[in-house]
Amino acid sequence: MIVDHHIDRIAPKGAGTEPALMEIVNSAEVVPLHPTAVPDNEAEPDVALYAARKHIYPQRVTGTFRRIKWIVLLVSLGIYYLMPFVRWDRGPNVPGQAVLVDLAGGRFYFFFIEIWPQEIYYLTGLLIIAAVTLFLMNAVAGRVWCGYLCPQTVWTDLFQTIERWFEGDRREHLLRDNTPWSFDRVARAGAKHFLWLMVAWWTGGAWVLYFADAPTLIKELAALQAPLVAYVWIGILTFTTYTLAGQMREQVCLYMCPWPRIQAALTDEHALNVAYRYSRGEPRGSVKKAAVLRAQGQPVGDCIDCLQCVHVCPTGVDIRNGPDLGCIQCGLCIDACDTVMAKIGRPPRLIAYDTDLNIKRSPGNAPEFRIVRARTILYTAIIAAVGTVMLYSLATRRAEAVSAIHDRNPVFVRLSDGAVRNAFTMRVLNMSLETRTFELTVEGLADAHLDIVGNAATAGGRTLVVVGPDQTRELRALVTTYQHLPPFASIPLTFRLVDTDNGAQASVTDNFRGP
Amino acid sequence: MVDGTHHDVDSVTGTVTTGHVWDGIRELNTPLPRWWLWIFYATIVWSIGYWVVYPAWPLVSSHTRGVWNWNSRAAIVDDLALLKAQRGPMTDKLAAAPLETVASDPLLLDFARAQGRAAFGDNCAPCHGAGGGGAKGYPNLNDDDWLWGGKLADIATTIRHGIRSADRKTRQGSMPAFGRDGMLKWSEIETVADYIRSLAGLPVDSKLDVAAGTKIFVDNCVPCHGPAGKGNHELGAPDLTDVIWLYGSDKAAIVDGLWNGRGAVMPAWSGRLDDTTIKALAIYVHMLGGGEK
Repeated sequence: MIVDHHIDRIAPKGAGTEPALMEIVNSAEVVPLHPTAVPDNEAEPDVALYAARKHIYPQRVTGTFRRIKWIVLLVSLGIYYLMPFVRWDRGPNVPGQAVLVDLAGGRFYFFFIEIWPQEIYYLTGLLIIAAVTLFLMNAVAGRVWCGYLCPQTVWTDLFQTIERWFEGDRREHLLRDNTPWSFDRVARAGAKHFLWLMVAWWTGGAWVLYFADAPTLIKELAALQAPLVAYVWIGILTFTTYTLAGQMREQVCLYMCPWPRIQAALTDEHALNVAYRYSRGEPRGSVKKAAVLRAQGQPVGDCIDCLQCVHVCPTGVDIRNGPDLGCIQCGLCIDACDTVMAKIGRPPRLIAYDTDLNIKRSPGNAPEFRIVRARTILYTAIIAAVGTVMLYSLATRRAEAVSAIHDRNPVFVRLSDGAVRNAFTMRVLNMSLETRTFELTVEGLADAHLDIVGNAATAGGRTLVVVGPDQTRELRALVTTYQHLPPFASIPLTFRLVDTDNGAQASVTDNFRGP
Repeated sequence: MVDGTHHDVDSVTGTVTTGHVWDGIRELNTPLPRWWLWIFYATIVWSIGYWVVYPAWPLVSSHTRGVWNWNSRAAIVDDLALLKAQRGPMTDKLAAAPLETVASDPLLLDFARAQGRAAFGDNCAPCHGAGGGGAKGYPNLNDDDWLWGGKLADIATTIRHGIRSADRKTRQGSMPAFGRDGMLKWSEIETVADYIRSLAGLPVDSKLDVAAGTKIFVDNCVPCHGPAGKGNHELGAPDLTDVIWLYGSDKAAIVDGLWNGRGAVMPAWSGRLDDTTIKALAIYVHMLGGGEK
């Protein structure tokens, strides 16, 4: 069947002036994505409201991109499953786990970095970098995230590998699924689901280990003494991993994930995408037919319509139909096609990572790759800027801080001898791992007298505050003056915190309010 | 066709279109995945579960209770019980500790202050203000001027038994209505009011007869307010020489007090709050800034 829309999409501007290309394009045969749908414009089809899922049996494949995917899978899953067991000595009374989200203690530990709750803006920075990195990846190589790094892809890959151990490769699995239920079929399916559940269970188990000391929590989990919330989260992640990686698979990418939609709006004609090179592949035909035509000097394409690219696709896409919402650009079809091309003695990369522009270019024109473009420069600049700000703030992060909240009711107090007093609720933060003594002073009012209600030591007229390691302390600070203040006075005050040992400082400003 | 219109089929995908075209782009009428439909049905089934388990349907004078018999009142009672249990050890410690020794245990002091702050907001703030700032007739608890004493024990006693309350051990003593009850004449009240302002160093009428004022003050005021007007915590008599005036320092306010008397009340809290809470309240008020040693 000849498809006119197809020509619009793949033919470059002014294609009409290129009769050779038009001939190739016109003779292109397009296989519909949904063979069950009626492809004829004249027929009145039924409008189906719901579509049954087409089960996909992706075939095993070897090659460059498959090897990259294996490496990414091993590294990323290795990090995920083993990271909680990596130890990092921070000293006594502090968790010794390299990566730990201590929700109860309100701390996040990442190797040498320790983040307090008020520093959650680091997470904002990380999220900005993550988002813009995704955009940059997209500008350079389309949905390379989807094909290699997305957890959905990595776990689905793992689950498909397990499936092949028990159910065999595509052909064997397909054939067996079309036979009646037998002991053999049940045993194979049972073993597969059992191992899937084990992997899913361990995925959930690894997740909770990021939130508590891993070795301790494992012992508690085994002895059924762990907090209920740990079991609940293991249950939730077991369920989601088993469902998403085992059952839903490509349905997640096709229907649930927002990124394909966002990605489609962000991409441009210079981005590398997995693409079928029409100009080289069309017209398709069998090897024999191609040999005959080639001998006659007729135009002939390299595609032999073996469907290997479709059979290996984890989302069931036929890449020869052009860019597709379902294509996660994992490059497995490239590996499959290259294997076939090697067998029939044609050059590889009939399917390749290439740009829209190159795919549409006239044969003979040199391919053009422009990685450096306005958008890639912009994305890189944003990543660099946010990263620099984060690194700077991390490198200059102080281990002490002080904050003050002025009393609101009453704003000021007149004492019996005529003095005016303001009260502040202060918090002193000691983010280091040693007990520290700070001297608290107030500046801005010449005769201001500073009192701390409760537990503060006063030595030689100095106000000393002792704060334990990795702790904060709340103080009620009273500032009193006998100065004659102008009506409605508001005088800037600075509270200064100085470590009595090393002189490290922190300060906070507020106002002294008068009658 | 349900709506009888012609539906185009997109030839590339073989999918029916909606017939909508934007800039030459036609919208495919892609069918929803069937599993989505099953999930939709599953949520309906789930919602039926809610009707069975939780209170759901209104009846004429009541509602269905649900098989779990859950209700929000019971839930909050459970939450409060849990909170009480969690605070239990510290509460016990506070209950056992003598008031004066709480300050020596920093953790216990923080706990008592936090408890006191919460109890103050619930019980005391309506009169004394959210931060104890007070108002006319309601003392400011942040300053260093105390009618009935500013030591921890004094404050606890005041909270426990109240002022001029119905409690048997209440704080007693009130300012008599010198004018209304015929003890002093209007002119005498004006004179002594001016004299009292002079004690506090406030500007007074230049025609003030100091000798007459002194005599009226000694005869009538000294028994409670003392010879120098410094007040008396036993009787709740305020210090007349400082800058803090509960009802105002202008002559009219002082004359009003002399003529009509003063006798504001504070309820006794011993029957309403448990002793540990009263302790926590005393510590909180003491630490507002004016507590005496």
